[in-house]
Amino acid sequence: MAEFWTNYGIPFAIILGESLALLVALLIVTAYVLLADRKVWAAVQLRRGPNVVGAFGLLQSFADLLKFIFKEVIVPASSNKGVFLLAPLVTVTLALSAWAVVPLADGLVVSNINVGVLYILAISSLGVYGIIMGGWASNSKYPFLSALRSAAQMVSYEVSIGFVLVTILMTAGSLNLTDIVNAQHTVWFFIPHFPMFIIFFISALAETNRPPFDLVEAESELVAGFMVEYSSSPYMMFMLGEYVSILLMCAMTTILFLGGWLPPFNFVPFTWVPGLVWFLIKLLAVFFMFAMVKAMVPRYRYDQLMRLGWKVFLPFSLFWVVLTAGVLTFFDIAPK
Amino acid sequence: MIVTTVAFYLFAAITVASGFMVISAKNPVHSVLFLILAFFNAAALFLLLGAEFVALILVIVYVGAVAVLFLFVVMMLDIDFSELREGFLQYLPVGALVGLILLVELALVFGGWVIAPGAAHAGAEPVAAFGALSNTRMIGFVLYTKYVYLFQAAGMILLVAMIGAIVLTLRHRQDIKRQVIANQVGRRREDAVEMKNVEPGQGI
Repeated sequence: MAEFWTNYGIPFAIILGESLALLVALLIVTAYVLLADRKVWAAVQLRRGPNVVGAFGLLQSFADLLKFIFKEVIVPASSNKGVFLLAPLVTVTLALSAWAVVPLADGLVVSNINVGVLYILAISSLGVYGIIMGGWASNSKYPFLSALRSAAQMVSYEVSIGFVLVTILMTAGSLNLTDIVNAQHTVWFFIPHFPMFIIFFISALAETNRPPFDLVEAESELVAGFMVEYSSSPYMMFMLGEYVSILLMCAMTTILFLGGWLPPFNFVPFTWVPGLVWFLIKLLAVFFMFAMVKAMVPRYRYDQLMRLGWKVFLPFSLFWVVLTAGVLTFFDIAPK
Repeated sequence: MIVTTVAFYLFAAITVASGFMVISAKNPVHSVLFLILAFFNAAALFLLLGAEFVALILVIVYVGAVAVLFLFVVMMLDIDFSELREGFLQYLPVGALVGLILLVELALVFGGWVIAPGAAHAGAEPVAAFGALSNTRMIGFVLYTKYVYLFQAAGMILLVAMIGAIVLTLRHRQDIKRQVIANQVGRRREDAVEMKNVEPGQGI
């Protein structure tokens, strides 16, 4: 029995503790990132944004949280109740579980698995189920149309994200996220793979249904997308899942292209700063770009969105995969 | 190792149970959702075997792509459930007969199956240096060297199937307006706008 505890009990307790710490940190960061999103958006439009709850509106997200929780959950009478309530749970669980493999600093990762990139790709490709299930179970026209649109959109952009990942994997020679960051000691990958960096950023916007690709909730045509019928906490879970997966995409951009926790220059004043701080700075910088895109770019039309995904990004990223493979083989610099 | 055993039986039981629910659920959308659960647990079984690459590819390909399309199609179907239930009894004898024949045939095949002496060992240890490398690399090495022709042939078959599907369904409608981005971008000011000096009270 004692052996059982040392082999399973204690490691389990450690993993549980790490996961809880990550979860709490992630939720707090999400709350403030949501506020930052609204503040940036407001600043671009010369408004003040939320500024009433707490100093500078710092507690706004928590006030919203309380409001969502204390409202009544309304389940439409003709909906498919089980699936209706399962959908937001699926969304939020998947979004949070993807963070298990994200290395925040050297060695600071809950699960350092060999196939981290594949795990992220798998989890993010499952995110579409929350949307389809929510749209279908609502048993209403607009949510259903929106869910179909969004599913097609996410499946399309996953393809080009997959090819971007392939180029990075070939250059880094590993599927492990920590190894990918360590492969960027000489040069961050956004320099040799600059076009892929752009494609990944835009595909990440499309994958997380951010403007200008927020055709899921195109208010002007679909009321408010697949979550029209949702209220109070189930709605909040959709929103939380959305923001957590936006943060995940920012983190992935940081890890794949911006050198993760590595300092920009490898000499003294920069190396004093801990890796976690560099990681957060880069992550927030990418998020700032997400927020600015939301504030500045008008929404795409649906056929333009599909054209961009299939006719522009897919051929180009395929070409870049071939080019990268050719260069790595020709100059014999492929990692062994 | 008791934890692994418990995990195996848990995942296996859920796989079988959700497989049963796929065929017994009344609502076809629920069937597909149970199918996804079954895929998931099959992936977990692969993980228990230490085949993390295969497990994740299973999730990405089957759950992330194939099942989404399945769900699409099933959701779009206009199904009358009461009609479905009536049909069930009507087709039951034929279905049962087909099932019975299949069962007997499988029993005959597997009854006479003799496993070659080295097969079990070869399956468990396909390449000598397996222990040294992660199984992602190992699959890569085997797939692109020993099985490269089969791999390419599989790719060609999929390509032909894809082109076939596109050729069958593609049709160019002449009576609708299409957006040609190149024309839009290539349009110059001189072609589109003309300056006219309009005298007061005269019009153009």
